[in-house]
Amino acid sequence: MLLRLWRDSAWRAVLFQVLLISLVLLFGGWIVDNTLTNLENRGISTGFDFLSQSAGFGIIQSLIEYNESLSFGHTFVVGLLNTLLVSALGIVFATLLGFGMGVARLSSNWLLAKVAAVYVEVFRNIPLLLQIFFWYFAVLSVLPSPRQSLSLFDIFFLNIRGVFLPEPVFDAGGMIAVWAFVVAAVLTVGLVLLNKRQRKNTGRPLPFLKATGALLLIGLPVVTFWLANGSLHWDVPHLKGFGFKGGIELLPELLALWFALTVYTAAFIAEVVRSGIESVSKGQKEAAAALGLRPGRVMNLVVIPQAMRVIIPPLTNQYLNLIKNSSLATAIGYPDLVSVFAGTTLNQTGQAIEVIAMTMAVYLTISLTVSMLMNMYNRWVALVER
Amino acid sequence: MLKALVKLTLPALLLTSAGLQANQAGSTLETVKEKGFLSCGVNTGLPGFSSPDDKGKWSGMDVDFCRGLAAGVLGDANKVKYIPLTAKERFTALQSGEIDVLSRNTTWTLTRDASLGLNFAGVSYYDGQGFMVSKDLGVTSAKQLDGAAVCIQSGTTSELNLADYFRTNGMKYQPVVFDTSDGTAKGFDSGRCDVLTSDQSQLYALRLRLSNPGKAVVLPEVISKEPLGPLVRQGDDQWFNIVKWSLSVMINAEELGVTSANADKMRSSANPSIKRLLGVDGPKGKGMGLNDDWSYQVIKQVGNYSEVFETNVGEGSPLKIERGLNALWSQGGILYAPPVR
Repeated sequence: MLLRLWRDSAWRAVLFQVLLISLVLLFGGWIVDNTLTNLENRGISTGFDFLSQSAGFGIIQSLIEYNESLSFGHTFVVGLLNTLLVSALGIVFATLLGFGMGVARLSSNWLLAKVAAVYVEVFRNIPLLLQIFFWYFAVLSVLPSPRQSLSLFDIFFLNIRGVFLPEPVFDAGGMIAVWAFVVAAVLTVGLVLLNKRQRKNTGRPLPFLKATGALLLIGLPVVTFWLANGSLHWDVPHLKGFGFKGGIELLPELLALWFALTVYTAAFIAEVVRSGIESVSKGQKEAAAALGLRPGRVMNLVVIPQAMRVIIPPLTNQYLNLIKNSSLATAIGYPDLVSVFAGTTLNQTGQAIEVIAMTMAVYLTISLTVSMLMNMYNRWVALVER
Repeated sequence: MLKALVKLTLPALLLTSAGLQANQAGSTLETVKEKGFLSCGVNTGLPGFSSPDDKGKWSGMDVDFCRGLAAGVLGDANKVKYIPLTAKERFTALQSGEIDVLSRNTTWTLTRDASLGLNFAGVSYYDGQGFMVSKDLGVTSAKQLDGAAVCIQSGTTSELNLADYFRTNGMKYQPVVFDTSDGTAKGFDSGRCDVLTSDQSQLYALRLRLSNPGKAVVLPEVISKEPLGPLVRQGDDQWFNIVKWSLSVMINAEELGVTSANADKMRSSANPSIKRLLGVDGPKGKGMGLNDDWSYQVIKQVGNYSEVFETNVGEGSPLKIERGLNALWSQGGILYAPPVR
């Protein structure tokens, strides 16, 4: 019986797979068991109880309410949000800059093309960590002290402590207007989608689309603001005590990291965009031009949509790299997840394995999520055979 | 065939896993003797405690402690490999066995004793946390620091004390963290923060690093107790004893007036305490697995506590720190070592 099964190649394949999987599981189990035993022997405490202990240290930037008396679990969330913040800022600006540079590099304007080429070659060939240090120490050594701040109209300030911007403060009526803007934005998106379907079905766009959109986006908030008798004032930063109070504060650590991540990743994105555009055959452009389309429309209607299919997958890689690279924040003390949680929290609690495992799980989750979203987008722009 | 396969592989697997299970950490003393040098975790660079000179030679109080330990264990104070560690790296390095002893201005706290699997072998320097500010600010007390940006080394007890101090005094602050104490000094120097906080001994050392040391002042407040001392891993009592008594021997030597210069002469002293201290008489090193003259080697090659203190951070150094709390108990301080008996 056994011999017969053994001779059956399908069964044999199953057998070997089962064997391999159990070997891997045994090995994993051995590692976990050994770790636990060793930790126990050395008197190092384990488990996740530390997450509810009070943290006792301050964090310079937090998107949620945080103070020293809150738990290590809170430090995890604060670090995570700071990582997401700098990653999101980096992705948005790197995409804009990268697309600009990629298109510029193909420009028929000699100077523009060369500037873009030099930009790409310089910034993608210098290690990111060095660039972060450069921007950070450049910021620190060039900028003046808070009392000698550089200012623009006395409402924007720039000094060694960062950039200070006025912050809009709405009362209840003002908040209604803000929500009205959100509603208007959603309606506009719906309108655009409707227009797309209309054009696909009938070949004609909806009439007055742009005017309606603009009216919605501007008119609705303004009218509600007026109706709700809302008020808005600006919280302008002012010098008080050791530094500036009020307004929005952007830390030099955040600025340096954001800048470095943007500039570095944009250099790669520029190359991705250039290759995407170059992958569209020349005949397409010539055909579009022969139909009488202006160069801008040739780019927007013919080249870019086709290039996107080539651009999206490598662009996803760049986004993932940027998110992971944001962990270099720890080098300049920007309070991201690695600095706050895998750094200070780890050190104060001594629970290296739990902390590092949680940190790795977070990066894995973020990366897989971004990857999933980009794949969805990719399916959307992919060539559909009709 | 299948059965045979299982029969063969399973026991083999179990055997290997049992064999590899929990590789018991051997005796640290034996490991050190075997490799012929001591791996000592020190600060990455803190004048007076541990810092390398331009030729890569390490010096400082923490460094001298390791030299003393090596002299006692291996008979040669120079058989030490220094491993510079940041505050964040230090405990992991000791836990994982990368170093044999951590002598890196580390504060003795309950958490570190109880949940890190480490043991403090004593106090080699009684310190307290203080603040340094720029003279221009015109600040005379730490109570005037509301709203200040504070440069601080991450992963230290200073970080926690700072938070406590500002909270109990109802003040706000901005923590600007750096990985190394050198980084905090640079941050302070560039003006990124108004205040630099750390153990007082470090403040004096870091002040020397500033571009203009005269422009910074150390505020009078001392906001915490920072007993600094060497650490070892738990579970090796013999090694724990060796480290503990190397420190005690240096303190006892000061008390009995034994120095590196007169150690040879003192061996023939009539004082029974000195005889026991130098291993001429008494318990010697046997109980700890060391040579009879181990304590003599410590004192002869490195010196007593006072010598180490004065050359590294006291009168003989640029830091000029007074003994203060670190004077002997008999001279107004709290330095006190159990007797060699």
